[in-house]
Parts: sequence; structure tokens; C-alpha cells
Amino acid sequence: MNTLFPTRETTADPRTDADWTGRRAFETNLRALVGRAYPRVRGLGREPSWIFFEILLPFLGTSAFVLVYRALQAPEAYVGFVVLGGAMSAFWLNVVWMMAGQLYWEKSQGNLELYFAAPMSLMAVLLGMAAGGLFMSGTRSLAILLISTALFGVQFHLTDWALAVPVFLLTMTALYGLGMMLASLFLLWGREAFHLTNLAIEPVYFISGLNFPVARLGALGAVAIATIPFAVGLDALRQLAFPGMPGLAGTPSPQVEALILVAMTVVFLVASQRLIRVIERMARSRGSLSIRWQ
Amino acid sequence: MTAQTEQLPPAIAVQGLRRVYPVKPKPVTALDGIDLEVAPGEFFGLLGPNGAGKTTLIKILTTLLLPSEGKASIFGFDVATEAAKIRRIMNMVAGGEQSGYGILTVREQLWMFSQFYGLGSREGWRRVDELLDAVGLGDQRLQRVSTLSTGQRQKMNMARGLLNDPWILFLDEPTLGLDVSAARAVREMVLAWKGAVPGRTVLLTTHYMAEADELCERIAIVDHGKILAIGTPSELKRRVQRESVLRLEVNRLDGGPAVLARLPGVVSAALAADNVEAGTGAQRVAVNLVLRDDSALTGVMAALGAAGSRVLGLRTSEPTLEDVFVELVGRGFADEADAEAVDDAATETADHDAEHHPER
Repeated sequence: MNTLFPTRETTADPRTDADWTGRRAFETNLRALVGRAYPRVRGLGREPSWIFFEILLPFLGTSAFVLVYRALQAPEAYVGFVVLGGAMSAFWLNVVWMMAGQLYWEKSQGNLELYFAAPMSLMAVLLGMAAGGLFMSGTRSLAILLISTALFGVQFHLTDWALAVPVFLLTMTALYGLGMMLASLFLLWGREAFHLTNLAIEPVYFISGLNFPVARLGALGAVAIATIPFAVGLDALRQLAFPGMPGLAGTPSPQVEALILVAMTVVFLVASQRLIRVIERMARSRGSLSIRWQ
Repeated sequence: MTAQTEQLPPAIAVQGLRRVYPVKPKPVTALDGIDLEVAPGEFFGLLGPNGAGKTTLIKILTTLLLPSEGKASIFGFDVATEAAKIRRIMNMVAGGEQSGYGILTVREQLWMFSQFYGLGSREGWRRVDELLDAVGLGDQRLQRVSTLSTGQRQKMNMARGLLNDPWILFLDEPTLGLDVSAARAVREMVLAWKGAVPGRTVLLTTHYMAEADELCERIAIVDHGKILAIGTPSELKRRVQRESVLRLEVNRLDGGPAVLARLPGVVSAALAADNVEAGTGAQRVAVNLVLRDDSALTGVMAALGAAGSRVLGLRTSEPTLEDVFVELVGRGFADEADAEAVDDAATETADHDAEHHPER
């Protein structure tokens, strides 16, 4: 028997083969999610250069702030704030580089039209990208956290694990939900949007309080907490890891911030789902999104 | 068609299809009233110059584009309203395709795509291994995609196109840029795949006339968004058989074949596809001439003499698809090299950008 091109059952025909159950469609989307996450998971061990670019370089930035705080004899908690910020920055970089700009890159590479033409939802692709990205940046983040903690002797006072774990997970869902939404927007806006995001990395770090408590920024910090998942998640985790420390007062409690993260997650995921529908409609009607030469 | 496939709706049915791109400064009409029917199990070819509308037609049939007017269906499923069903039974492969992620091995990349078609994980790995053996990439299965040669890459793309065992396969210039043996391997693979199950249908666009002649049961010649002629290769060739088809070789041809095409009685004149310089160093220009009748040859010879061209050879030839194409479209594919080069440059720019991405 020819195993390469097996003969179909005599009863099979294209119209029967096209008639999928809801369960089969769901399973396909689930498999597509895993499939799209796969390159990111496999890629982790294939490009060791990330150890230099994504662990060592951020670590140097973190170290500089640690040394400044110590020279100024700032409270020791500030060293912990910087280390936590440095670890969390891996997620934001991942969202910007490998979520927001991803569909644009997929279009350039010719992958996007294959995604459109496959019997899966583009949301499954976005979720797969997010799951794979979370795994990648989680590894980087953990490495930065462990190395910095060991070298600088940071003492965490985390007692409320029952809140800390959900807050971290919600920060991730909100952050990657934002990434999924941006991925659709950037596909619409094109290359310029991608460059603008790169330019926005440092300002977002600043208004999110990457290396200092966001409460120090007053009204600007409040705006950041209300709009940027990185800012609100980082502040909540700092409050939980360093309870009662100076500099943290003035922002909502971790419980309230967890609710803000829930709201952000819902808004970003719903928005990304709607945007992806708009994208598909536009792609089919204008032909300007899936075809790379247009 | 077998009795089984006769009961199926047409693999492709297109009626009054128009597609207009709303671009500035004025809209571009890519398809201008196409009517077409392809039977289940047929190997159908689309021939046309750049910008003829072939790719637009494929994009519509593969549900990537909506028609501006008219209807199109695949096995009875409407491309506009039943895209999900069509996507479950079709696949597509384009020449020069750079899809996927260079960081993965060939085997991993194909497995990833198998998941997009809903194959179970183990079934996906098994199917990938079968296809890799079939396309002759068994030895490269653990090689990274980024290290494959052009021919190997296209074989991998073909394997990707067959992962879901589609009922209809769209091939857009699948042998573009391949060497002779790689192109032959791809053609043989497609024929073997199609022949294994009645009802499997292929729509092929190609620039290579011989490829269309060898593979396709019927061919449509398309230009400016319209079908100019449709039929089997021999039916199409018979269209030009009433005229005299000649191959003329001269030492020089100032002004190109267009000079000859303007002469009375000359239906078309185009550079032959195998145009080469002779090994002796003397230039040799080969032109395919289609004359209304042999009497027009006198005028051609006189014009060549007046232009200082020396005739090195002249013989009658059997009509080829290229003759048909030239007569219908008014120019040969060889005349389009410049336009193609522009397209390639645009694609390369996109590829260059993509190389700087972490997953590449």
C-alpha cells in the first residue's frame, strides 16, 4: 500500500470532510495554540545568545541602579524594588518585541496568509504566541531574579502567596492580552507602529516605575496604574514582596490592583478578539494585510 | 472522472468574477469577469503574464480575498460565506515561499503546521515523517530550516501543502527558481499525489509552458483579468496551427522582435525561450514567428536584409503553448524578465527585514 498518499475510504468526499463538529474545530484551535507556541519553546535552547542579550545586559542595568541606591544609602527595600523591576522587564520586552510586532513580521515572512488559509482561528495563533512568549520570558525573568537576589542579598518578605500568585498570573494575562491587541493594531498600522513601540520602551519603563516605586510619580503614576498592566502588576508585586516599605504608600492596595488587572485582562482579550475579526475582514476585502506585496 | 467524482459539485466554479483593488491614484481591476469551471480530479493550469490576475484568482479561491463581484465556489462551498469549510479541504504552495521559522528543524516545522490543520500530535509526527521520505528530505529532517537550499525548501513547502491531505491543492509557480532536477521532483510528486485518489484536484499557475503542457489536462490563458482562451493543451495549440509557425535565427536584431511583429502578415514575434549566444562568440538571436501565411516571409526577409541582419537559420516548428500564449497575449514570457525582476526585488526586501527577527 502506498503509505505516502493513502487512498481514502470510498465513502469519503470533500463535502463530508469539510463538515466538522464543534468539538473538532475546538480541538484544532487548541492544537494550533500548542503548535504556534512550539517554536518559542524550542527556540529557547537553540539560540544561547539570549543569555547575553536578555539576561546579562538587563542585569547590568539593574546593577547600576542597585549601586546608586546603595551609594545614596537608600532604604534596602529599594534594591529589592530594582531587582523585581529588572526581572519583570523581561515580560514587557517580550510583549513589545515578540507579540506586538509579530503579526507584522508574520506577514513579511509569508506566514500570515498560511495562517488565514488554515482551518483555525487567528486567536489560537495569538494565544500560542503569548503562551510561548510567556515561557521564554519567564525563564529569562527567573534567571535575572535569582542571579540578582543572590548577588545583592535581597530579602523578600512575601507572606501572602495566595494573593501574590494570582496577581502575578493576572499581570501576565493582562500584559499578554495587551500584546495580542497591539499585534492586531500594528498589523493595521504597519512598520511605523513597530518603530514607535521601540521608542516607547523607555518611557513605559519610566512611568511604570521600573527602578523606583511608581507612587513617586504622583498623578502620572496613577495614570500608569490605570492603563499599563506592567505598572500596576509591578506595583502590586512590590507591595506584596516588601509590605509596609517606604515609598510604596500612595497607590491602591494589591487587592484593588488585582481587580484592575482583571479588568485589563478582560478589556484587552475582548479587544484583541474583535480586532482580529476586523483584521480578517479587512484582509479579505482589501487584500492589503495577508498579501505581503500589497 | 470516475462515477464517484461525477456526483460531486465542480471542484472550482467561478461566475462573473471581478476583483478591484481600491488603490490610489485609481482603482486597479485585477479580475474582470472570469467564468471558469474545473471538474473534480482535474489538473488545471492558469497561464498569464505578470499582473494578469492569476494570483488574485488563487487568493480568492483560497478564501484570502473576497470578490468585488460575481461568485466562486470550491466543491460547492461559497468562498465568501463558507470559507471555514473550504479551508478544511484545501491547501496551497507558492514558489519561493519562505514560510515558517528558521530556528526549527524541518521535521519540527512541518509538525507545527500539522497542528494548524488539527492533526493529533502523534499523527502529525507520523505524517511528517511519511511526507519527508516521500519528498526526498528524509536525510534533512533534523536540519534547521534556515540551512536548507532553495530546492530543499520548496520540497519542504510541498510536504507542508500535503499535510492535511487536501482535496484541492493550489500551486502558485511551485517550481520558481528550482533547478531542473528539483523542479522535476516537485512535478512528479504532485502527479503521484493527485493520482493516488480520484477527485484530488490541482490548480497550477506557472511561467513554464513546458510544465503546463506536461502536467495540465486543461489550461486557461489569462491576461488583464480576463480568460483569453481555455482548453486542453492540444486544443490550444490547434488554434495557431492554421498559421505558419517558424523559428528564425539571426546574428542580430536591432529593435528586437517588435520590429518584425509590426510587419504585414506577421501575427506575432517573440524571443525564443532558449535564446543564447553561440559558442563561437558570434551572437545568435532566436525568434519565434507566427505568420498568417508563408507569403509574409518575403516581407520578413526583406526587412531583415534592410536592417543588416544575417539569417543564420530558419525552420518551421510545431506550435507550442508559448506560440499560443504569444498570439493571445501579444508578448512572450521572455519579454517580461524586467517586470519579474522588480517583483523579486520587492519580495527580497521583505525577506531581508524578516531576517532580523528572533524566531527566524
